[in-house]
Amino acid sequence: MTTWLYDGSFDGFLSAVFDLYWQKKTDVTIRKEQDHVKGLFENVIFMPTIMANADRVWAGLSKKLTEESLQQLFCCYLSELPGEEDHMVGFIRHVFAGGEGVTGDFGNKYVLHVAQLARKVHREKHRMEAFVRFQLTKDQIYYSLVSPDYNVLPLIARHFKERYADQYWIIYDERRRYGIYYNLDKVETIRLQFNAEYDPHYHTTGNVWAPEEELYQRLWNTYFKEANIAGRRNPRLQLQHMPRRYWKYLTEMRLG
Amino acid sequence: MERIQEKLAILADAAKYDASCASSGSNRKNESKGLGNAHPGMGICHSYTADGRCVSLLKILLTNVCIYDCAYCVSRRSNDIKRAAFTVQEVVDLTINFYRRNYIEGLFLSSGIFKDPDYTMERLVRVARKLRTEHNFNGYIHLKAIPGASDELMQEAGLYADRLSVNLELPTEAGLKLLAPEKNRPAMVKPIRFLQSEIIRLEDERKVLKTVPTFMPAGQSTQVIVGAAGESDMEIMHLASRFYKQFQLKRVYYSGYVPISNDTRLPALHSQVPLMRENRLYQADWLLRFYGFEPHELLNEGHPNLDTDVDPKLSWALRNLNSFPVDINKADKMLIARVPGIGMESVRKICSARMHGQLGWDQLKQMGVQLNKARYFITCKAGALERRDLTSEQIRQQLLAQSHSKWIKAHSPQLQLF
Ligand code: SF4
Repeated sequence: MTTWLYDGSFDGFLSAVFDLYWQKKTDVTIRKEQDHVKGLFENVIFMPTIMANADRVWAGLSKKLTEESLQQLFCCYLSELPGEEDHMVGFIRHVFAGGEGVTGDFGNKYVLHVAQLARKVHREKHRMEAFVRFQLTKDQIYYSLVSPDYNVLPLIARHFKERYADQYWIIYDERRRYGIYYNLDKVETIRLQFNAEYDPHYHTTGNVWAPEEELYQRLWNTYFKEANIAGRRNPRLQLQHMPRRYWKYLTEMRLG
Repeated sequence: MERIQEKLAILADAAKYDASCASSGSNRKNESKGLGNAHPGMGICHSYTADGRCVSLLKILLTNVCIYDCAYCVSRRSNDIKRAAFTVQEVVDLTINFYRRNYIEGLFLSSGIFKDPDYTMERLVRVARKLRTEHNFNGYIHLKAIPGASDELMQEAGLYADRLSVNLELPTEAGLKLLAPEKNRPAMVKPIRFLQSEIIRLEDERKVLKTVPTFMPAGQSTQVIVGAAGESDMEIMHLASRFYKQFQLKRVYYSGYVPISNDTRLPALHSQVPLMRENRLYQADWLLRFYGFEPHELLNEGHPNLDTDVDPKLSWALRNLNSFPVDINKADKMLIARVPGIGMESVRKICSARMHGQLGWDQLKQMGVQLNKARYFITCKAGALERRDLTSEQIRQQLLAQSHSKWIKAHSPQLQLF
């Protein structure tokens, strides 16, 4: 059994797929370098990322797939699930082998899997669009911390750019330690250094927040409390829509 | 500072019984580097309160002062409560600051009627105008249209708002007479009809002129209160269906009556909110709008009320066993949509997949079909109906036995669309 490792980027993966075809391999597993634990009798090769090859695979897929299906495949990559590469390769093989409209072939396990996983990733994207809570800093940047299940920042950048075109903002993924920053013109990828005593969650910590920030958080919490109808209490339904792992990032759930 | 918090508490509390919260279906794009974007398509719910309802808009009253005395309403003039009113600027500031922090999709502004309808409506319009013109705000705005306000004000409201609504409140004329004697149905319908005719007029103009202003792109909605005046589900759904057809309403909301007073005309203070009934009405409404059902198929003289034990589609199927079984690999799309346990998403997948090959039970299950329900009503590749000779009553009992064990595990009513 042979395992090919790539650098973890989407292009790295596509580049490895190119070699699968070029070298006519069928007994190769593709894995991320950083996730991989080497097995005893495993034959491991590192495959460098060659952009031109990655582009050729993408161009090939683009010819056969709609914008939506391409996005679905990309979503599987963003899921970061261990071993997901196997499904992606299975899907790509089915696409290149098949005729017109293969992505409607939900009887095929790869096609169905890609559609279903993409849906999950999409749901997480949608949740992030909902559950980002900005706090205004003294230097007029709206700042937010998140920690999504899947790596969805690349998927939400456009939504926030269109929505908040006239304000500086940062959305920082705590778990993956990178963020996106909008500078009134473009969205850039950034990394932040937090110093030890600074607690990024709480608005009164440190001297970083705008003076009106506390008032609006208080008003929002008041609103949230009053909007509840006691006679209709249903905490199970609340949890179902807003799982507890998101709560520490939500102003209204954190202080309540 | 403290005062604004107190006002917010009072005026959010009074507005919360309005069921409408949707922020979808608009098409206001942020093209000028302004603030906000009201997408077409799905709305965003930003939070969920302890009652499990979503928060997507800042839903408040401009004031809870009211010259009327509708029995079911907390703001009614005879109710002994604290009164408050926001200034136009306060509402604008709250909206902008909540929106910038991504708490909300926009504003839903309703109001008690102070002085007279025009005076009230004029203020609502002023809030919307300020948001759009001074703050370049492209988020969602839903205004309550006040019956009795002048056409000019309605017209202007439509230019700034994404959606306007007039609540019908009670499903029957008799209920209205009993609980809101100062109101009448024709006065409520008049603004709905006027706005509808404006939408049509501007659509026609748009066909010939390039620069016709946006006019309430998310259309009109309304709300009816359920369980306050003894009406049947049939009366409610027929009313809803009539309004969908006649005025192309985008949504009808059903709001289970929350007891708020000791008035003997109303359900007693400690009585339960009819949550299950409300949920069934939403499911039935869904079937009308997306599944091609006619109201009389779901509710008629023989069945004036929705079954609380099983969902309306299943209930219909059990009464119409002669329409089944449906062959998954051949049947028309809208016929498959009528099978209990199969939602529109699965219908789409089935129709697409069967062009590539015959489908069997396993694949249906993989696609998300609820086979526990659907299996009584379909045939597919792997052969015939599982239990061909069951009566409706037997199917019903079997399904109830399953769902009751689920029910007991959950300890709580399951309030979802299928
Ligand atoms: S007119 Fe509206 S606000 Fe006034 S009492 Fe009636 S329902 Fe309530």
